Amino acid sequence: MKVSLELDNRFRDTAAAAGLLDVAYDVVDTPIGKLFVATTERGLCRISYDPDSERVVENLARTRGTRVLRAPRPIDDVRRQLDEYFDQRRQEFELNVDLQLAAEFSRRVLQELARVPYGEVTTYGELARRSERPRAARAVGTVMNRNPIPIVLPCHRVVGSTGSLTGYGGGLERKEALLKLEGAIL
Amino acid sequence: MEAVATIPPFESFYTEHRDAVFGFLARRLGRTAAEDAFQETFLRALRAYDRLEHGRYLRAWVFTIAARVAIDVHRTQPSDKVSLGPEPVSEDAQPAYLELEHLAEQLPPTERAAVVLRYGYDLPYAEIGAALGSSADAARQAASSGIRRLRGKEGIA
Repeated sequence: MKVSLELDNRFRDTAAAAGLLDVAYDVVDTPIGKLFVATTERGLCRISYDPDSERVVENLARTRGTRVLRAPRPIDDVRRQLDEYFDQRRQEFELNVDLQLAAEFSRRVLQELARVPYGEVTTYGELARRSERPRAARAVGTVMNRNPIPIVLPCHRVVGSTGSLTGYGGGLERKEALLKLEGAIL
Repeated sequence: MEAVATIPPFESFYTEHRDAVFGFLARRLGRTAAEDAFQETFLRALRAYDRLEHGRYLRAWVFTIAARVAIDVHRTQPSDKVSLGPEPVSEDAQPAYLELEHLAEQLPPTERAAVVLRYGYDLPYAEIGAALGSSADAARQAASSGIRRLRGKEGIA
């Protein structure tokens, strides 16, 4: 006997509200495709372009605990802010992020990354300098490549020293779309 | 294959078993009462989920929880729609299912679930078979071999 959509949603909401989840997630529609968005009690912990949510869910269950459930309610705030961002009504995200699993160097780089303003770009080398590791441009590139929370932590604003877009975890066309949206490139 | 079945993310566990659990509760309690019982069953499962040691027999596990929730609902809200029959209570007034769960702890999980669901919760074999993802016959066999094993252990002839 099939569970009604209403009952299903009621359970998901209650489970999240009772604080019983290690991770709540949902899929958010945006102009650059579907985003997998996950949050813990501490804050936003993952945004993924991977169309295979099951793989992302399994990975989260391994690293964060098995109580991972799709639950729309805890994602509402992120969803709203992403909508506003893609509507060009928001330039800064006001969200807590959970970087507990990031190694110390990665966390420092990601915190510096969060300060790169909307509509501007910086380089891997410059970000390395700001993170007090001026010679670690390549390591910074690796951190960008593994950024757990793209868009909100704006690794799309980091480009090569010659101004080329270099790479992006979600594909170069998405990096370009985000920079165009922000008016950083034409 | 891994030696120990890994515990799936709760999402996969929930989506795999939710319809069967709801069907079971609806047959026991009627559709309306089944909705609250459904929620309670999966909340209890969620509370215990991070203490599971492996991912085997999850279906039997969640059905044992559902059967207990059905009894709790029956106890607190006796209504015309609920048709569980007489409440299974043993002579010293400890509910039969509690005593059995304790006794059956040492059994292999399928036998344990079959014994507890049959003799503790008074479920028909067809429903136990559905709960365990097998047939009524398989459920009957599991229950009777579980009982044989218990008798052997307890030294009852």
